[in-house]
Amino acid sequence: MPSNTLFAYAGLSHASHATIKSLDLDAVRSAHGVVSVITADDIPGLKDIGPVIPGDPLITKSSVEFYGQVLFAVAATSQSDARRAARLARVEYDLLPADLDIEAGRKANSYVSPMHCQQKGNVDFAIDNAPFSLEGKFASGGQEQMYLEGQVSIAIPEENGNMLIHTSSQNPSEGQKLVAKVLGIDYSKVTVQVRRMGGAFGGKETHANQWACLAAVFAQKTKRPVRLRLARADDFSSTGKRHPFESQYRVGFDKEGRIRGLDVDLYGGCGMSADLSNAIVDRAMFHIDNCYYLPAVRVRGYRVKTHTVSNTAFRGFGGPQGILAIENIIEQIATATGIDPLKVRERNFYTDEGNRNRTHYAQTIEQHIIEPLVTRLTETSDYYERRKDIRKFNVDNDVLKRGISLTPVKFGISFTMQHMNQAGALLHIYTDGSIQLNHGGTEMGQGLYTKVAQIVAREFSVDLSRITCTATRTDKVPNTSPTAASSGSDLNGMAARDAATKLKKRLCDFAEKHFSTPRSSISFNNGQIIVGKEKYPFEDIIKLAYHHRVSLSATGYYRTPKIYYDRETATGRPFFYFAYGAAVAETIIDTLSGEYRILRVDICQDVGQSLNPAIDIGQIEGGFVQGMGWLTTEELKWEQTGRLASHGPATYKIPAVGDTPSEFNVELFPNSPNTEATIFHSKAVGEPPLVLGISAWTAIRDAIASIAEYRVSPILDAPATPEQVLAACDHLRSSRAL
Amino acid sequence: MAKTHVTTTINGDLKEFLCEPGDTLLQVLRDELGLTGTKEGCGSGDCGACSVLINDRLVCSCLVLGVETNGDVIETVEGIGDSDKLHVIQEKFLEHAALQCGICTPGLVVSTKALLEENPNPTEEEARYYLAGNLCRCTGYDKIIKAVLDAAETMRESA
Ligand code: FES
Ligand code: FES
Repeated sequence: MPSNTLFAYAGLSHASHATIKSLDLDAVRSAHGVVSVITADDIPGLKDIGPVIPGDPLITKSSVEFYGQVLFAVAATSQSDARRAARLARVEYDLLPADLDIEAGRKANSYVSPMHCQQKGNVDFAIDNAPFSLEGKFASGGQEQMYLEGQVSIAIPEENGNMLIHTSSQNPSEGQKLVAKVLGIDYSKVTVQVRRMGGAFGGKETHANQWACLAAVFAQKTKRPVRLRLARADDFSSTGKRHPFESQYRVGFDKEGRIRGLDVDLYGGCGMSADLSNAIVDRAMFHIDNCYYLPAVRVRGYRVKTHTVSNTAFRGFGGPQGILAIENIIEQIATATGIDPLKVRERNFYTDEGNRNRTHYAQTIEQHIIEPLVTRLTETSDYYERRKDIRKFNVDNDVLKRGISLTPVKFGISFTMQHMNQAGALLHIYTDGSIQLNHGGTEMGQGLYTKVAQIVAREFSVDLSRITCTATRTDKVPNTSPTAASSGSDLNGMAARDAATKLKKRLCDFAEKHFSTPRSSISFNNGQIIVGKEKYPFEDIIKLAYHHRVSLSATGYYRTPKIYYDRETATGRPFFYFAYGAAVAETIIDTLSGEYRILRVDICQDVGQSLNPAIDIGQIEGGFVQGMGWLTTEELKWEQTGRLASHGPATYKIPAVGDTPSEFNVELFPNSPNTEATIFHSKAVGEPPLVLGISAWTAIRDAIASIAEYRVSPILDAPATPEQVLAACDHLRSSRAL
Repeated sequence: MAKTHVTTTINGDLKEFLCEPGDTLLQVLRDELGLTGTKEGCGSGDCGACSVLINDRLVCSCLVLGVETNGDVIETVEGIGDSDKLHVIQEKFLEHAALQCGICTPGLVVSTKALLEENPNPTEEEARYYLAGNLCRCTGYDKIIKAVLDAAETMRESA
């Protein structure tokens, strides 16, 4: 970093809902090392950086809506000086009543945007006339992304008022747009570069923007480079998390456990603003069926406002919350009917038989992968044998109990906002035959750069080492979508392939003319270009083409076909395809302390024709463990003031190396190419495996249920922390005593 | 604030630096000495991304003050290997695809080196126990453990 770099930090609110009576920044201004201080009044352009609709002030002016909201910012000559100074403000608040959770928000009738409803068939009739029915409530907690590299941005002023931003962001184009608007300059004057991120998981989709914008305001003002990096505790408090959800349901079913009708209200806890909450609650609704055919269904998605940090994208984007809601219902049905939960699941799978293949939003399920996949996993994991052993173990043991469970996932792939399903790429071939690749996707550890480079290498039939993938930059590929929704390789891989195809065509056209040979005799093979009987090194033809004035640079573009969704009728085909998977988890719990371990996990995941098995398996393992963390040890706790109490890895427990199963078998579902024309018939893999973490939660539930011989449903919300597990055990013990 | 003059040996080289009393060793390494291989994940001793060896002892450099290290021998990930000559542990991490975003990796490499120096033949459980202070949010750890045990075996064979 240049030696004149300034370090910026944000001054954060210490109230969750209040009006600001006074903000005295004198001590901040006069603190050691301070060069500049800004408030809302110092923002030259746009003051609200809400990504979809307004509601997210860059710096709040007169009101506070969550504990940790930015009140002002300071730039100093060192990071420590900036942090110290940011704590010196004197703020007087007029406190207002704060709605800190979903229940409070619902009571206050407070929503960030209107409810959306999807409906199919006559639900009330179906439930009322079903042989059995159940109703209940269920809650799942939020989750901190806890990317190991925190939020960070550097703004570097350039000539003519231009601005270069280095940032840890999944969405460089949105960062560019917002920085430009905040500074009041054209988009074309701002370049955003993202080399790579140290993890993101959705937490850097929109919540990276604020820090880039603040750094940019200082950089414009001071004409010096400015770096803003949040300390971990502030990163926890001031950036959004996975939405907590509550649901209320009524379900009708037959004695076989087949669902006749489902009526469910989903309440997403959005925090203080809309951010991406509309799409997130929608995705929860789209996934309320998971793999199950629902003959009649009504799902309402409410977007509850609370005075907490605005919740945002987190791997799965509402999908896992919707799926967890139905998986809990399936468990309830299994207990009520006394049928093995796996059987209940299988009986409800989508199938072409009897036309049980249309979702509640009228998309037809075309590829029926879940049934054979689950059958395979049941065998490879030895599910029934182990279940028998576990039942026996539980009869023989009073304190320790074991549980096992299989849960499936069907995950819809595509952004549900149609226009976002597009991507661009830029490809240069240099005269030494080396290839430079750039595309709109960002690298956050998911291996996207490698996958897309592999695609290009395969198109030219050259070695991967020939290809350099350069940092994602808004001046190379413009107007890109965030790297999110598991779409990275689907979209950018296709765009890069398009660019490669164009260049190949130019080279073939040239060779055809130059060597006077038919097109059919020209091919690319293993670093060579074959023309008739002659073989030329790739770079020789490139040089020749250059000398004959052939352009060796091309852009590529892709937009996903077929998809649409009509909000008015709540029907359409929002997803290009679905990715499937299933997991079997086995656990042992101590019914006197509530502690537990996950002993073994078996996963079978459908990734179509894998682009890179090592990367895919890494995504599956990491996704599973993250999902398991969400539902077991990761618990967000707020104090009564609205201050986040679990604000670092000491108080917020993500899985550590000792928490993960020592037997962890992961298989890619074999011979299952995507039937849609995706890149080399692969499937997305980023988000779906996270949902498989549900099997850890249901396995714990299964172990608890053994206390009352599986006849009573444990009362267990998520996360199933040891405290929750102990309470559920106590409850079952007392129900047994009755 | 007055700065203190500190002399240490880092990765075999004599290094002198000036630091403020409150500066952590992590800050000194990254900001003063440009050794950015050591990462900050939490700044509070809970994630292990900042792991270094001081006099052969594994520590979180975010919990050590720069001024405390006068006369110490410090080893960071840069001293373990570089891109021209990777250490076996690093090679095994690559081979087993035991990293995704890579922020936890330097800390894990340093911790693994400390583990294998203390215990060249760890069981899986011992390895998990020793590395419990190194968080990884991406991988789910399975490949990391495989890489560590494979590195141990390779190092034993070549010892
Ligand atoms: S940064 Fe030192 S332990 Fe996390
Ligand atoms: S690879 Fe990202 S934190 Fe470990």
